Amino acid sequence: MGVDATSGHKAQSDLSRHEADHPSSAVAHFAAHEPLMLDSGFALAPWQIAYQTYGTLNKDRSNAILICHALTGDQHVANVNPVTGKPGWWTSMVGPGKPFDTDRFFIICANVLGSCMGTSGPASLNAATQNPWAVDFPVVTIRDMVRAQARLLDRLGIESLFCVAGGSMGGMQVLQWASTFPDRVFSAIPLATGAKHSAQNIAFHEVGRQAVMADPDWHGGHYRLQGIRPEKGLAVARMAAHITYLSEGALHRKFGRRLQDRAAPTFSFDADFEIESYLRYQGRSFVERFDANSYLYLTRAMDYFDLADDAGGKLAAVFKGTKARFCVASFTSDWLFPTRDSRAIVHALNAAGASVSFVEIETDKGHDAFLLDEPVLFATTRGFIDAAARARHLPEASR
Amino acid sequence: MNDHSSRVDLLLVADMIEKGARVLDVGCGDGSLLQILTDQRQVDGRGIELSQSGVNGCVAKGLSVIQGDADTDLIDYPDDAFDYVILSQTLQATRQPREVVKHLLRIGRRAIVSFPNFGHWRIRAQVAFLGRMPVTKNLSYAWYDTPNIHFCTIRDFISLCDELQADVEKAVALDRNGSAMRMNLPWAVWNMFGEQAVFMLKRHGIK
Repeated sequence: MGVDATSGHKAQSDLSRHEADHPSSAVAHFAAHEPLMLDSGFALAPWQIAYQTYGTLNKDRSNAILICHALTGDQHVANVNPVTGKPGWWTSMVGPGKPFDTDRFFIICANVLGSCMGTSGPASLNAATQNPWAVDFPVVTIRDMVRAQARLLDRLGIESLFCVAGGSMGGMQVLQWASTFPDRVFSAIPLATGAKHSAQNIAFHEVGRQAVMADPDWHGGHYRLQGIRPEKGLAVARMAAHITYLSEGALHRKFGRRLQDRAAPTFSFDADFEIESYLRYQGRSFVERFDANSYLYLTRAMDYFDLADDAGGKLAAVFKGTKARFCVASFTSDWLFPTRDSRAIVHALNAAGASVSFVEIETDKGHDAFLLDEPVLFATTRGFIDAAARARHLPEASR
Repeated sequence: MNDHSSRVDLLLVADMIEKGARVLDVGCGDGSLLQILTDQRQVDGRGIELSQSGVNGCVAKGLSVIQGDADTDLIDYPDDAFDYVILSQTLQATRQPREVVKHLLRIGRRAIVSFPNFGHWRIRAQVAFLGRMPVTKNLSYAWYDTPNIHFCTIRDFISLCDELQADVEKAVALDRNGSAMRMNLPWAVWNMFGEQAVFMLKRHGIK
């Protein structure tokens, strides 16, 4: 690796550390007397939530859409990411004329509680100690994330959301919104998600957390005080997780057994195969932008998620009486949140008499398909959003 | 399926449904009937469709449709969840038609079932005189690739209704041109000359 690459790497990780407390997006601050009450019983204060908005809120305040991001996502849905310099993570879905049309709707995306891009989390400064929270930060849940978002909406003066949408961990937040704040959700789009985290998914997360914590640079979570980060552990965690976001078919199609810049195996443990080189790159670039402790907290939040727990184990009871309309989508090659997880949600919604649409989209792109160019997903979302907008008496799209 | 006659079939079903009712269309295809019901009858409509392309098309039109199978997924619906449950031109493609009709009667206050009549004289004639499995304009599949695995005649269907203790509230047979046949004709005539039948059923004893 050249000198330039190393200094670029350093610059990006410095940037990401800075973003944790001073995000380059809007921030809502909540003072010591405005605590966020968490499921763990902890009263978090002061705290802050960083967010981006796109489009214009209409006079009736009826056209707001909340986008919920996934595990390692952030609030930069449709603008250049301030840390990576790359385009927003959902520019395929959010923008002028896109299914989430910024010409028609007021789009909000907030960094989730426990993350590291400006909303309070383990990477943020603990006002009491003037050190980073690190592992002293309280363990948070998906419901805590949603409560924090609701507090933000209160600040913005938005009583009812036209739509809540998101995939994976974002989809969990969507379902939690519909359950915790049924009167504030007009429509909901949970994508590639489940009403609970499966044993297999918890197992994968545990491997990732153990990789981070086994890295001596983790220092019991207080690596920032040592001026160091558990880069190797977090990279391994990301590499393992990344495999679960893809599918065997896509790996075979993209990489097969092809060798990386060489004609023959080197009889060493160098990255001989393209897939190895690709995973190492994924691991490397992830540690530059993401906080290792945040990774522990957010994976934990997903593990704890079991929506039916809110209603004595009966998922249908969670949605009883809901007036929201739902659009559920799964992808055929997603083995992290397989179609049967989405079907369980759909069955519960049907049993609750809710209005629900459900599509299973044929693709070999695995779990990550919800982030990628999937025309069927665009058409489905557009059709659902347009019908919901008519039902809410919002003006038609101008184009 | 013949476009003209299928349209008549849809309109006939639509005519049976009250405005603003809660409707489930089982096997809703491309959503034509749900669209008609939504536009003309302002129903609260839902659909189940087996084919992915059908579902995707419906949802893109803004209809509330889920991917599912009449044979396996009706069990998830609670009793009396809908005013009307419709099974339009799908009965003959189900694996367990008897169970499916039972579920329709359980889920809906009324069940509307339409199906091609296998007792029509042209079909009888093909089997009787040509010794071949029938292929007609409305039933255009060859025996080896047909999705239609459980054909019945109007008479067969009526005896199934008796077995399930379902009351026939309305029944219409369509002739070859897609026009409704006169109501006062005996079943045997319908069974011979009706190409399609539409039945509205309810559980015996409910209002």
